[in-house]
Amino acid sequence: MNHALASRHSWFEASARTRLAGLLDAGSFREILPPAESQPSPHLAQLDLPGAFDDGVIVGGGRLSGQSVLVAAQEGQFMGGAVGEIHGAKIVGLLRRAVKEKPAAVLFLIDSGGVRLHEANAGLIAISEIMRAVLEARAAGVPVIALVGGSCGAFGGMGIVAKLCSAILMSEEGRLALSGPEVIETVAGVEEFDAKDRALVWRVTGGKHRYLMGDCAALLEDDIAAFRNGAAEFLAAWHEPEPGLACLRARQSVLEKRLAAYASYRDGLQVWAALGIAQPETVPMLDRDSLVALKEGLPT
Amino acid sequence: METLDFRFTSTPAPRASDPALCGVVGSGNLEILVQPGAEPATCVLTIKTSARGFGDTWRAVLGDFAASHPAGGTVIAINDMGATPAVVTLRLAQALAEYRGGAQ
Repeated sequence: MNHALASRHSWFEASARTRLAGLLDAGSFREILPPAESQPSPHLAQLDLPGAFDDGVIVGGGRLSGQSVLVAAQEGQFMGGAVGEIHGAKIVGLLRRAVKEKPAAVLFLIDSGGVRLHEANAGLIAISEIMRAVLEARAAGVPVIALVGGSCGAFGGMGIVAKLCSAILMSEEGRLALSGPEVIETVAGVEEFDAKDRALVWRVTGGKHRYLMGDCAALLEDDIAAFRNGAAEFLAAWHEPEPGLACLRARQSVLEKRLAAYASYRDGLQVWAALGIAQPETVPMLDRDSLVALKEGLPT
Repeated sequence: METLDFRFTSTPAPRASDPALCGVVGSGNLEILVQPGAEPATCVLTIKTSARGFGDTWRAVLGDFAASHPAGGTVIAINDMGATPAVVTLRLAQALAEYRGGAQ
């Protein structure tokens, strides 16, 4: 086996706790509301379903390359990382703490299909509270960095939350969108979108497509060390901008142009061709460094 | 969901300062939280499991664990999403090792 591959520790396959342990400076993580002090979801218990002690999200503080950061990590293996009432309250509490403590950043390890539908309105409210809390942390000058590379990606309400963050750092394995593939197929039919076509799903929502479209700030290898280095490098170069209307209007205009240019396309392949990539069919097999080089060579 | 409670006599384990957690409540998996208990020679277990009707199997697996490991003086809470007996046995050994400050 390739040595570089053998020494890699996949972010995609790791649990949320393993990701945190490898992301932060060794031994620096301090959990807020650890499993022994937290409580499982009362909603799941009412539905006769087993909960998790931490309700599927780990929050706390630690250091990234010596800098003080707050972190929230969703566990995608528990109910698809879905946001319930306690899960959401832990994230909101962490973001509000960031407004007071002013850490160098909040690192948000997103791995979630969105709202936990079992908890209905409580889950929906939790998502909207997270959205507001992300914006309040950013308005207080604290960058909120989304790290997306887990098996559940960032979908539904958590897709919106990810886009509200200061920046998204993503691996090829990560996915980002609003409605998930199965949702689109269920609502609009298999002719609209075939959720079983995994390659298509990644060509439309995957990390490479998001990077080519400029939806994420960096494309990282599926490696815990690559996420650690990527987050530290991004943070060192990032200054959280003052919120402003002009910036939002400029962004809106970019999105309108993008919609006009690509709305009729059915597949990432068509979009990549329109971006000026001569052989779009080769993109899915490119390694990370080659794809970054390809994007840097594209006309802007 | 079914909640099961068990108590087994077990060789006392050294009392640890921190609780230990391992595993995830995912399909075919479980999470185990080990905390210090009040009775030095007893292992107290509570299981919440999505699979009903496997009380006898749990009793056999957990009884084996308590007999073969020093788990006395612990209170163990388990959230289970259909883990097989082999997975339960491995996770219990892992959780106890982490509780005792053992190897990763």
